[in-house]
Amino acid sequence: MSHEVVEKNVGLMALLILLVISVGGLVEIVPLFFLKTTTEPVEGLKPYTALQLEGRDVYIREGCYLCHSQMIRPFRAETERYGHYSVAGEFVYDHPFQWGSKRTGPDLARVGGRYSDDWHRVHLMNPRDVVPESIMPGFPWLADNTMDTKLTQKKMRVMNMLISATCNGCTTYSDEEIQRAPDELKDKTEMDALIAYLQVMGTSISSRR
Amino acid sequence: MTVNDFNFTSGFWNIWIAVLSLANIFACWWLIRWTSKKRPDEAAAGDVTGHSWDEGTLAEYNNPLPRWWLWLFYITLVFSLGYLFLYPGLGTYRGYLNWTQQSQYAQEMQTADQKYGPLFARYASQPIPELASNADALKIGQRLFVNYCAACHGSDAGGGPGFPNLRDNDWLYGGDPDTLTATILDGRQAAMPAWGEVLGEKGVNEVAAYVQTLSGRQVDSALATAGKQHFTTYCTACHGADGKGNKAMGAPNLTDNTWLYGGSAGVIRQTITRGRNGRMPAHRDFLGEDKVHLLAAYVYSLSHKP
Repeated sequence: MSHEVVEKNVGLMALLILLVISVGGLVEIVPLFFLKTTTEPVEGLKPYTALQLEGRDVYIREGCYLCHSQMIRPFRAETERYGHYSVAGEFVYDHPFQWGSKRTGPDLARVGGRYSDDWHRVHLMNPRDVVPESIMPGFPWLADNTMDTKLTQKKMRVMNMLISATCNGCTTYSDEEIQRAPDELKDKTEMDALIAYLQVMGTSISSRR
Repeated sequence: MTVNDFNFTSGFWNIWIAVLSLANIFACWWLIRWTSKKRPDEAAAGDVTGHSWDEGTLAEYNNPLPRWWLWLFYITLVFSLGYLFLYPGLGTYRGYLNWTQQSQYAQEMQTADQKYGPLFARYASQPIPELASNADALKIGQRLFVNYCAACHGSDAGGGPGFPNLRDNDWLYGGDPDTLTATILDGRQAAMPAWGEVLGEKGVNEVAAYVQTLSGRQVDSALATAGKQHFTTYCTACHGADGKGNKAMGAPNLTDNTWLYGGSAGVIRQTITRGRNGRMPAHRDFLGEDKVHLLAAYVYSLSHKP
């Protein structure tokens, strides 16, 4: 086979290119699906409740990930500020994960429990009420919007599918939990849901490092 | 916690990664050799190849690959082998240097502990009132404060509605060194129940009027008298018969005209109707006792100027 054969057969060339560029993924990505560290939950990690799950969707809808990461790297400068560095097993219930890649605001991987619910409420309405130098926008409409529960049960079923396909030793939602989810979310606002999500974030590992 | 072990679900992946990586490096080497090898029917270096494009007006020289580029390619191959020998990368092989991300982090923390540990240890053994007049200790305390506390209490510790002012020597749970330390270490959870349903709107108005008189404000005396009745029934258990509060449960003194959530008639009514559940998060696990000790000293110093 000479150079010319490859150059003159677009199909063959495409195939060979595909072969070459797939090596990286086959070596660096595929084995991760078979690594216990990435597919098993860390001790004490619980699946999101219906309210937290909906709060997570509010987080995604409002684009929080554009300014906040959820990934504490193993450097002293980060663990001093945020707490124990993030480990893969903390994210087995996150589909898709919200690691992010840009920190305009602080990392939120362990924000759970750092502030009170009241603080979050004030802060989300207008961040400058508690942090005068903040450049974060306010999200006052979250307090007015009642949770739309039309898709909650469906989301939980989809999560069950994703969790059982990717995780060993994870808990899926029981039929009963799915059944009563809309009732639990009744009269809750999007603000309640988002705060419930923020307050559980990273709480399965509480030690400093 | 540490995750030091490669824990693949099967040993197959070890071989998969190692074989594919090495085969890939070898294939790169073979490919570059193959493309740069001279073929028998090839035009001499520097001549045109005989290929022509664009109706014969575009020809191609058969120039060899630039030497610097070719060598760079070989160097990257050698580098990758060197890297895979020294660092973990080939399946479960740990690398000659035995490097891990965790060990690098542990090293960094250990270096910091050696540097700062004795400093914190020295301060940890000194009582808080003493540290409160130690400029160096306060400098550390102030930095810890703006890092971990300012989001709620403000960078000047002046607080805000719902978040206590720490400069005014007026304390919900007590401002002595031990109580301060306990508050930061284990947090506080206030629990003022909502009285809206019990008292009704009229009752809330009456109690609010009475509460205003406690700090010497002028209100409708009939309302206040009626409010006093309710206050005695529902409020004295925590706020005391005289409304001076109870530090053991963080019930505020209502007579001193210092208000956590605001002292206007409207806010007082809101507080009574809906209750308040202020929460100070615990910092024991997160910051550790030595840092909390310095933080407490800083907070103590704010209301105890030497």
